[in-house]
Amino acid sequence: MGTGQELMAASGRSRPIRVLVAKPGLDGHDRGAKVMARAFRDAGFEVIYTGLFQTPQMIANAALQEDVDVVGLSILSGAHMSLFSPIMDALRDVGREDVLVVAGGTIPDEDIPTLNELGVAKIFGPGTPLQDAVAYIREHAPDRVDLP
Amino acid sequence: MTGTPHRASLSERVLAGDRRALARLLTSIENDDPLGEQAMEKLFPHTGSAHLIGITGPPGGGKSTLVNEMIRAYREMPKSVAVIAIDPSSPLTGGAALGDRIRMQEWHADVGVFIRSMASRRFGGGLARNALAVAHAFDAAGFDQIIIETVGTGQDEVTIASLAMTTLLVQVPGTGDGVQTLKAGALEIGDVLVVTKGDRPESSDLARDLRNLRQLGMAAGSELSRWDTPVIKTSAARREGIDSLMNAIAAHRSWLQETGEMESRVQTMINTEITFRVQDALLQEIRRPVSGDGGMQRLVERVAAREVTPHQAADEMLARLRHNDTAP
Repeated sequence: MGTGQELMAASGRSRPIRVLVAKPGLDGHDRGAKVMARAFRDAGFEVIYTGLFQTPQMIANAALQEDVDVVGLSILSGAHMSLFSPIMDALRDVGREDVLVVAGGTIPDEDIPTLNELGVAKIFGPGTPLQDAVAYIREHAPDRVDLP
Repeated sequence: MTGTPHRASLSERVLAGDRRALARLLTSIENDDPLGEQAMEKLFPHTGSAHLIGITGPPGGGKSTLVNEMIRAYREMPKSVAVIAIDPSSPLTGGAALGDRIRMQEWHADVGVFIRSMASRRFGGGLARNALAVAHAFDAAGFDQIIIETVGTGQDEVTIASLAMTTLLVQVPGTGDGVQTLKAGALEIGDVLVVTKGDRPESSDLARDLRNLRQLGMAAGSELSRWDTPVIKTSAARREGIDSLMNAIAAHRSWLQETGEMESRVQTMINTEITFRVQDALLQEIRRPVSGDGGMQRLVERVAAREVTPHQAADEMLARLRHNDTAP
């Protein structure tokens, strides 16, 4: 019995948290996404990493098929205001409105309220300690027991 | 949604092609949630028509890329494809980074393709404990071809062969000389041997060494299987060899059916799956803390103190399991 299972037991969960880490849009800087994936892995999460250039439909399809609890998006392109709306729509279209969506990257504070309204639960700006993101997900990942 | 008098059950929804329900069923199965087993009791009679293909080979050997090319070929037929892509869990944290899907993203708009990543959760053998149960769910959901891609493996992970009808063994050029092919081990489980990265110059040498295996066996008078294992050289970069690979898989399936070997393979698969489940239950029972001398911790202490041998301690544990009357 390993640390991951002990962590799960401590958090009252019967299974590891599944997180999709994706990088939407047209920017080639995936270091942030990889660091995020690594931190989540080290936290005992099962991370599905889909990498660069993800369209909203790709993200939604992966969230559907992988039945993830959390979608983590890394955005450094500045295009967050135009990218999030179609991503949230695509998630709804496949019936994954129940997934917790968080984002990290270069997102200015003044944009956060709008993104929250779209359904992005939490934005982790530049310099956020990764442990904060891990703790947030541990606390807020939906513990889904009912049928979808 | 709520309040409808006859809400369809999970199994009914899976049979009706509801992908959201299927995805949730897979989660339940993976985590031994009773909901999954309840649904599988309804779904299992609907299984048995899919062709189950295992694909194994070293890390970075091109398995996921090859699977992507196989998906393309099956979709042209057109046959539906489900992929179970297994990656390792961290032995330290239990977490996992599952990255096989990255090679198979072009099918995101195709309902005939379903890709599911699984963490090995330290099951061993390059597999995840419930991988075959997940395959049953895909089978019930009507997928024609189910591909299980193992964790990157080495010379000795052979379990996949007892969980699949056709096993593809991927070998990568430039990783050793002809002596490696003589060592056998995992090489012997391949129904089809695939030399990937066929655009590399060493790939022809490797393909030749692998083809020679059977001739060496014949010369040595070894007992050879009736199936003449084909060696296929592929290059995903050049889209070469995929047709030959698909023909080899189809030929193997026909051979299984014509010789009656399919029945024995399926029996082996079922046997393996039942054995895994029983083993797992026994392991849990062994680890269950009990008071007195029957508990694992107490046995470990007695062996560490050189009071009994490990063999004697194991016998005591077995005696406890047989009687199963130790109070928790």
